[in-house]
Amino acid sequence: MAVETPHEKKSVPDGLWIKCEGCQEIIYNKDLESNFMVCPKCNHYFRLNTGQRIKLLLNPGSFKEIDAQVQPKDPLNFKDTTSYTNRTRKHQKKTGFYDAVVTGYGKIGRNNVVIAVMNFNYMGGSMGSVVGEKITRAIENAVKKKYPMIIVSSSGGARMQEGIFSLMQMAKTSAAIALLDKEKIPYISILLDPTTGGVSASFAMLGDINIAEPAALIGFAGPRVIEQTIKQTLPPHFQKSEFLLEHGMIDMIVERKDLKDVLDRTLGLLKKGK
Amino acid sequence: MSNGIKGFDFESPVIELEEKIKELKNLGESENIDFSNEIKKLQQKCSKLKKDIFSNLTPFQKVYMARHPNRPNSTEYINMIFGDFIEMHGDRNYSDDKSIVGGIADFDDDSIMVIGHQKGRTTEENLMRNFGMARPEGYRKALRLMRLAEKYNLPVITLIDTPGAYPGIGAEERGQAEAIATNLKAMAGLSVPLVSVVIGEGGSGGALGIGVGNRVLMLENSIYSVISPEGCASILWRDASKAPEAALALKLTASDLYKFKIIDEVILEPLGGVHRDVEFVAKRLARSLKKQLDELKQMTAEELIQDRYQKFRQMGRFIDGSLQKSKKK
Repeated sequence: MAVETPHEKKSVPDGLWIKCEGCQEIIYNKDLESNFMVCPKCNHYFRLNTGQRIKLLLNPGSFKEIDAQVQPKDPLNFKDTTSYTNRTRKHQKKTGFYDAVVTGYGKIGRNNVVIAVMNFNYMGGSMGSVVGEKITRAIENAVKKKYPMIIVSSSGGARMQEGIFSLMQMAKTSAAIALLDKEKIPYISILLDPTTGGVSASFAMLGDINIAEPAALIGFAGPRVIEQTIKQTLPPHFQKSEFLLEHGMIDMIVERKDLKDVLDRTLGLLKKGK
Repeated sequence: MSNGIKGFDFESPVIELEEKIKELKNLGESENIDFSNEIKKLQQKCSKLKKDIFSNLTPFQKVYMARHPNRPNSTEYINMIFGDFIEMHGDRNYSDDKSIVGGIADFDDDSIMVIGHQKGRTTEENLMRNFGMARPEGYRKALRLMRLAEKYNLPVITLIDTPGAYPGIGAEERGQAEAIATNLKAMAGLSVPLVSVVIGEGGSGGALGIGVGNRVLMLENSIYSVISPEGCASILWRDASKAPEAALALKLTASDLYKFKIIDEVILEPLGGVHRDVEFVAKRLARSLKKQLDELKQMTAEELIQDRYQKFRQMGRFIDGSLQKSKKK
């Protein structure tokens, strides 16, 4: 296989300067990085890659990856304009990972956790069998160790190329979340831009606590599908974090720089309840 | 038999011939002429034609069959299979979603809870039923009824028939994703037997939202898919007219899903679809439901939950590198 050691492509191209996708201003790369990849001028959130996300949330050096060897198959022998195998290979090369989620153990402050981080750069973070399996295994590990579960979601939804197998990952992962309830283990869901479809309609919306980054697109149907269906233009901020907070679907919007601290404090308080 | 509603193009030779036979019969009766030989010949021709057309439907033709305007809907099955259906309404929170029906009924001297997506027959009915596309309150009504079933220890039967959950502003505001997700989690932990049947269209998350059964059955010409072939074609091929190719690639027919061990049983339909002999299919479905429920009723609540967990736990196809290596050793 092409992928032996995870080697990530940077989400921001090399170079000293970069043009912000939000305000079109030219910003100094180092300023962007020291500001957690948030534009210092307009507060636009650049997407973090998996390594950056893990670094943001976990104590340095505490992450231990599990199930890195789980790889996609092509159960339907699926071919559209290109074959599914070609697509996965291309994305494996592009991202340095076998599939769209990385799972493992880590520490947030004094809390041991099991964490899953989805990768939007890999086929839009779509959930096929590998994503479903790795997330389910991660949850089962959290149950075994009695560690809180953290899932960082960023996904367009179920992966079409695995057909019905993808759809069933929604049931599989949600059933696993039920185990966390039964064993009274905390589950915090972090929703990033974007989280839609089969991922929002399964584990991502099921957090004991749902946290979103600012201005993230979160919803069931994508805005284009809704517009085509109802033939109306959508209201401003529709399906953005702020809209979801207003409609009672998430507990809070947390700025990137504060995420780790909020997780640490929340897990600490929940622990005292026991 | 067709009841006045036009069928699809690939069916039209059969429908035309059937009309001709009917006309000849009527003519014979009114004019008192004996056409029985001609009619017999035409009937033979018709059954051969049916066999030619219907025994080798393409996946996309099956998609049409699953959406056929004459195909029976949930309440029609409920009235045929169960007795004394008492319908319940509302999610006790926002409204009563008419695209999902549910209530208690008698099934062979036992009480059951039955819940299903509801499509309409006429345009007016379809507008009222939102074409079987549920909003969050529909999924929450379904969940409320499942909880009620738990309280009274009644088995739950769900009938799946939806293009998908409704994509609209209100549905998003009221948490379509949350409603479906919560149902998936709740069904996983349900303490009573749950049997799901795809009777027509099994459209993605909107179908699964009432479909996490201990047993999942499908009618022969129903479909179950992660996305509609039209949606898939317009995303991957960037051309909605490639839907037949997408239907083939998605492997969404009952026989595909049975081969994949995603479903437990396929209920056979007569040539040309359920609507050509509804009672035949209703009887078969009743028999299968009875058999499945009899088996599940032997299990304790804990066993039922375990059975459901294991069923969905093993779904998925992937390569586990570590297992491969250890096997080689």
